[in-house]
Amino acid sequence: MSTSVYEPVIGLETHVQLETKSKMFCACSAAYAGAEPNTHVCPVCLGMPGVLPVINRRAVEFTLLSGLALNCEVPDASKFDRKNYPYPDLLKGYQISQYDLPFTVNGWLTIDVDGGPHRVGIIRAHLEEDTAKLIHKRENGASHTLMDANRSGVPLLEIVSAPDIRSPTAARAYVQKLRLIVQTLGVSTGNMEEGALRCDVNISIRPAGSEPLGVKVEIKNLNSARSVQRALEYEIDRQTRAIEGGQQVIQETRGWDEDRGVTVSQRTKEQAHDYRYFPEPDLPPVFLSPDWIDGLRQQMAELPDARRERYQREFGLSHYDAVQLTSALGVGTFFEQAVALYARPKVTANWIQGELFRVLRERDTDIQELPLTPEHLVELLVLIDDGTISQAIAKQVFDDVATSGRSPRTIVAERGLAQISDATELERMVAEAIAANPQAAADVRAGKAPALGFLTGQVMKATRGKANPAVVNQILKRLLDTA
Amino acid sequence: MELHELTVLRALDALRSREVSSVELTEAYLRRIESLDHTLGAYLTVTAARARSDARRADELRRRGDDAPLLGVPVALKDIFCTNGIETTCGSRILKGFVPPYDATVATRLAEAGAVLLGKTNMDEFAMGSSTENSAFQSTRNPWDLARVPGGSSGGSAAAVAAGLAAASLGTDTGGSIRQPAALCGVVGFKPTYGRVSRYGMIAFASSLDQAGPFTRTVADCALVLGVIAGHDPSDSTALPDPVPDYQASADGELRGLHVGVPDEYFVAGMEPGVERAVRGALDTLTELGADVRPVSMPHTSYALAAYYLIAPAEASANLARYDGVKYGYRAPNANTTLDAYLRTRGEGFGPEVKRRIMLGTYALSSGYYDAYYVKAQKIRTLIKADFDRAFESFDVLVAPTSPTVAFPLGAKTADPLAMYLSDVCTLPVSLAGLPGLNVPCGLADEMPVGLQIIGPALGEETVLRVGAAYERASAWQPRIPEI
Repeated sequence: MSTSVYEPVIGLETHVQLETKSKMFCACSAAYAGAEPNTHVCPVCLGMPGVLPVINRRAVEFTLLSGLALNCEVPDASKFDRKNYPYPDLLKGYQISQYDLPFTVNGWLTIDVDGGPHRVGIIRAHLEEDTAKLIHKRENGASHTLMDANRSGVPLLEIVSAPDIRSPTAARAYVQKLRLIVQTLGVSTGNMEEGALRCDVNISIRPAGSEPLGVKVEIKNLNSARSVQRALEYEIDRQTRAIEGGQQVIQETRGWDEDRGVTVSQRTKEQAHDYRYFPEPDLPPVFLSPDWIDGLRQQMAELPDARRERYQREFGLSHYDAVQLTSALGVGTFFEQAVALYARPKVTANWIQGELFRVLRERDTDIQELPLTPEHLVELLVLIDDGTISQAIAKQVFDDVATSGRSPRTIVAERGLAQISDATELERMVAEAIAANPQAAADVRAGKAPALGFLTGQVMKATRGKANPAVVNQILKRLLDTA
Repeated sequence: MELHELTVLRALDALRSREVSSVELTEAYLRRIESLDHTLGAYLTVTAARARSDARRADELRRRGDDAPLLGVPVALKDIFCTNGIETTCGSRILKGFVPPYDATVATRLAEAGAVLLGKTNMDEFAMGSSTENSAFQSTRNPWDLARVPGGSSGGSAAAVAAGLAAASLGTDTGGSIRQPAALCGVVGFKPTYGRVSRYGMIAFASSLDQAGPFTRTVADCALVLGVIAGHDPSDSTALPDPVPDYQASADGELRGLHVGVPDEYFVAGMEPGVERAVRGALDTLTELGADVRPVSMPHTSYALAAYYLIAPAEASANLARYDGVKYGYRAPNANTTLDAYLRTRGEGFGPEVKRRIMLGTYALSSGYYDAYYVKAQKIRTLIKADFDRAFESFDVLVAPTSPTVAFPLGAKTADPLAMYLSDVCTLPVSLAGLPGLNVPCGLADEMPVGLQIIGPALGEETVLRVGAAYERASAWQPRIPEI
């Protein structure tokens, strides 16, 4: 494979379920997760004859907030359109969506990838409705399909990026950033496993440095940031091999098969739908007054980029540290609460990026799920500072707190983890170590520095890490120098 | 006078003075339906049990001293309005067996006003037609001549009121479907301003044009029923929020000094001489009543039919997409694939006119044709509205024929869709402009009723009713039920 010769051109269409109380066009509850099938339904979201949609104002506001957060322009007026296509999960036979006058257009977001911030253009962010869900079953050799309409009519924000992305890692970073923004705004859970955030990607490749675009392939059904990256890596490889093998890439829609790790052709350009968009006659246009928009701007939560800049400015953190602390929902808040009690931001940041991120990674969880509080972390850092425990012990205590939610001081006391700084006791233990390792002792006397570390290690081992290594070192040097 | 001959207002007088009970009135209508409707075919469903229980309840309320605008008055609903627990077919095989779990807003409002529901009336399938011959189930006959059509698409509702099978009824009008059958059956029919009456629960044909309205035997009855069904509805975002005036009060009043425009273009080639004579006679009556009647030109009128037959089918093509056999109504048996199920269900479930319009509309919206057809039709619609805006700068109302012909024989136009479409040539422009249009009977031609159309500006219902009522009082025409 010679990907370096080809440059991928990538754009994403992301669907975000908005976490409104009711659905997009009716009063049914939109919080259907875990509900019995077809219990969050009414004649409107079932698309029964004669029913009419009524716009959910909050869903419009969530869309506007998202658009504003993505630096989009908001027009004076917007409208809904019908997108026509037949499919059993689309109960009216058309989807109420937006065509030529979306709520927000022409924005951008920044991703931190390949050594710097990159801007990805946002063509539009518009509002539409989700479809019902079909469940295909096979029983006793016969297959049948069941339908659950709980999802039908849930508000869906569609965000279309410009084709500004040039690598699978950047695409993944884009998805993660978008998710963080909608989570920060509180407009969506952003939960990809539950389908609250879903991606389709468009990818073409072209010889590096050339201007004209290659043939575009759309990949659907990407349900994690990781599968976005994997599918793109697979697709770049597939298209590269096709071109180098003298074949043509076909304009088509492909599906991502997560289990097999491959994309599979679904339909070609000739089979593409003609959606026959036209203005939704059941809904009046929506006028977007400057007062309304300004009000929304004012209630917008601090966005990740603004927060990052503030951390650099206020706490003197590096760009890298600030990015890390603002890259997941809740981490920044945790950091700020800790720093409010403990005035060493860099130390705090290091612990969050080191130990906290390690625990989150190992346990595959979010900060909100841990019993660990900012107060716990601060207590732990104070225990290190006053010499009660060593760094190594502190890491053990951290793990315990993250599991049990007990206070670090309690853990240290109960498990007898306080550092031994008592010189008399340490001197006895150092003497024992020297006696047990005569060769190492001789090496130290001969000026071989590594042997000193070895002996320190022996003492630490004997005390199960509780010895104060600085004091041990001091005693070792004294005993061996004066012997 | 027999009970079925009472107007709504006379019936209410009789009910209020205890001369008659709602049960007696209802039984009289049910007997008449029983004896005549097998000939007339106005009803698709007669809800006798419901009617009797509504009537008993109305009598009980009245005994307790309650009253309501239509308390105890038997009415019928076009089968386009969803009725909770009562089969609603929209005249289509594809909805055979569909029993809605909800009521249309107008059905709720009639019930809240105390009306007694006699049943659901026949119509052209999905309101597409001008003769009620496109019903999947039966033809309705014109009470004035059983060999002729009642007009359409609300032919069942018009015929029921004309024949005394209901005191009043509701229909819907997308391009003339209230006014034209009212004209052909010799009753009052009113299509209000678009948005004046909620469309919730009214099965959609063309959403930007559909509007519900009453059929009655007098303009005063019409004002009463309209007042009951009109008004804002939070379930319909296109329903107008404006307060509902007292239409009955506004129906009183003189015409002296009123400016009445008569659009030349509505006297089309092919108009029957008898129709023109009757309409011109009505214009003379208006002049005698003190109105200033003058001609006016509406230059874009001739484009209305073409524009309508792009916009309405385009919207219909989307509105009717939900009938796929998956959720309710008819489902073709033995389908192998999803596509096969769609094709068979829709192929067998829809009649030829509905299919024709779905195809027309799908074509008009298709990529590459959208601008040439749908967008251009919308531009024409704007020009037609502008014609009306200009006319209403000088005139309070416009008056024109409702239909260029009287009722035609059954089968006369079924083979020629275009001839059928031309039956609505005088009503289509008003629909495209979203304006109120009232049909008032204005005499007979060849023993068949002729209708006068009174057109008002947006939300000009009061003026339109005033002109209609004044004309009705002055004209030689007396509301009457023909011998059947």
